[in-house]
Amino acid sequence: MLKRRPLAVLLGLALLSGCATLGEGGASRLDLIRQRRSLRCGVSGKIPGFSYLQTDGSYSGLDVDLCKAFAAAFVPETGAVDYRPLTAPERFTALRTGEIDLLSRNTTMNLSRDAAGGNGLSFAPVVFHDGQGLMVTTDSGINRLEDLQGQSICVGSGTTTEQNLNDAFEARGIAYTPIKYQDLNQVVAGYLQGRCQAMTSDRSQLAAARSGFADPRRHRILEEVLSKEPLAPASVGGDQRLADAMRWVVYALITAEELGITQATVQRRYNEAKRRPELTRLRRFFGIDAGLGEKLGLNDDFVVKVIRATGHYGEIYNRNLGPQSQVPIPRGLNRLGRDGGVMVAPPFQ
Amino acid sequence: MTSRRRWWLQALVVLIALTLLGVLVNNLTVNLIRTGLGLSFRWLVRPAGFALAEHPLPYAPSDSYAWALLMGWLNSLKVILAALILATLFGVSAGAARRSVNPLLRWLAAFYVGLIRQIPLLLQLLFWYFVAFLGLPSAPNSTGPLSSLLRLSNQGIELVGVPLSVEFSAVLVGLSVFSGAAIAEVVRGGLDAVPRGQWEAFRSLGLTEGLGLRRVILPQALPAILPGLSSQYLNLAKNSTLAIAVGYADLYAVSDTTITQTGRAIEGFLLLLLSFLLFNLLINGGMQLINHRVVKGRQRP
Repeated sequence: MLKRRPLAVLLGLALLSGCATLGEGGASRLDLIRQRRSLRCGVSGKIPGFSYLQTDGSYSGLDVDLCKAFAAAFVPETGAVDYRPLTAPERFTALRTGEIDLLSRNTTMNLSRDAAGGNGLSFAPVVFHDGQGLMVTTDSGINRLEDLQGQSICVGSGTTTEQNLNDAFEARGIAYTPIKYQDLNQVVAGYLQGRCQAMTSDRSQLAAARSGFADPRRHRILEEVLSKEPLAPASVGGDQRLADAMRWVVYALITAEELGITQATVQRRYNEAKRRPELTRLRRFFGIDAGLGEKLGLNDDFVVKVIRATGHYGEIYNRNLGPQSQVPIPRGLNRLGRDGGVMVAPPFQ
Repeated sequence: MTSRRRWWLQALVVLIALTLLGVLVNNLTVNLIRTGLGLSFRWLVRPAGFALAEHPLPYAPSDSYAWALLMGWLNSLKVILAALILATLFGVSAGAARRSVNPLLRWLAAFYVGLIRQIPLLLQLLFWYFVAFLGLPSAPNSTGPLSSLLRLSNQGIELVGVPLSVEFSAVLVGLSVFSGAAIAEVVRGGLDAVPRGQWEAFRSLGLTEGLGLRRVILPQALPAILPGLSSQYLNLAKNSTLAIAVGYADLYAVSDTTITQTGRAIEGFLLLLLSFLLFNLLINGGMQLINHRVVKGRQRP
């Protein structure tokens, strides 16, 4: 019993020092970002289509475009972003210690990461609904899960991939043979060598793996999704101004797609709305009336700046993950609500 | 003086060992309490919820984790036993060939042992699986004189009507070829332990090389071969855990899934340790039985 006491003291000290960094100042991080005139954005840098370091030293991807959108709203004068590549274990520590302002790095939102008793983060709205999927060759004639009856499926170990696969196939009464390897590289090798008729992993990973294949067009990701992995940008909990600003930047991107306002047309639409006072909805959205931006602690025209920087959500998606991109992923759940997806934004009122 | 020093030394070693054990156990209990986990094996009866490519007995994902682990254990046992037999065949043939009068045979055996011993087993398994077996055509050879004996494709192998999976075959061949090379050296060592006069004696009697080897040399070499052979067999059983790299559903692969799904890493590894202890106790016991018989057989005349 005695032996455990010093350990408890150490643990207590560690906890106390953790609290000390949390309690620094009462102001929002948003003020610090404006003062600094650039946004420090935590990304991965290693996931094609999401955040990937290019040969010329710049970053590209959906997560990166989100960083640009946030920067356009928070530091309208420059729109500058300072990228910080982070590994999965580093990411929450980097947020907590204040090394980065926000995280835009393929992070699945779930209860324990959101809750104050867990990681204590604040999540912005989901920007990509990932999920476990299946990839097949285009000449296999496989279009649905049912076509995989009696076939072999290559699967990697880790998280709940095998369980999700089994749940989906058992619920539909489809018999299959799982060939289980230890990591994704072996899964890819087994699939490419023709051991399995399909391979399974998160759809974003399938697409990224496919971008490295000799002939990516010979492989297709099926529409069916076997699990949900909603990816969302995150900030430190307890900073409501920053969390609200992030939330409404994402909603602005989605609303712009609903209204058909693109990077190319935003200036024309803005001028039009300025001229015609009867376009009340558009005037509120652009911040010509009402002063919605001010309530968030941003400039009234932050929406215009954001769309000018990155385009609307659909444009961001197509640029990085669309059919013409390096890493094509069917849009599926990430379509707008009116098109059968789950992307919806509350009204700008 | 010396006996007193020895007593102190022994006491010190025991003390250090006990302290280390105490720290480990204390660490484990403190961490388990902190994370709110106690040791528990109740998860063993819950449904596993994952499918297995191969299972010697009927198995469905709704069966318990315990049953899934037993399937893994049986899969491991299957490949270990088959590889023991095949590796022994390879090893004895190559070991005897290294002491053959035929220079081509000697050279071939030396090449086999030399090549295989220099390459890590994991690489060899990956080669057998991804290059040799998955490189086969996807449809089996249906014509030809061999088709009733052996049908090969990268979807499965049929050996005289018995279907074998590609994963099982790759592990079997990889383990057998690798252990065979080690066993060949053990056999060669045993043969060299037999006095030269014995070779000259059977040759001067006019016995053929094969007959002389079987009836004169091997019986005398066996006591020298068996201890080394047992340790190669134990190695083979332990090396079988590399099967996960080539997709074979052995005990380690099933435990791996079980641990990630239940989060019961400590209990999972305890079961894994005990299972391999059981494998190796079985092999050890069997080898001691054989050893006992060989030694007794020699004392009879």
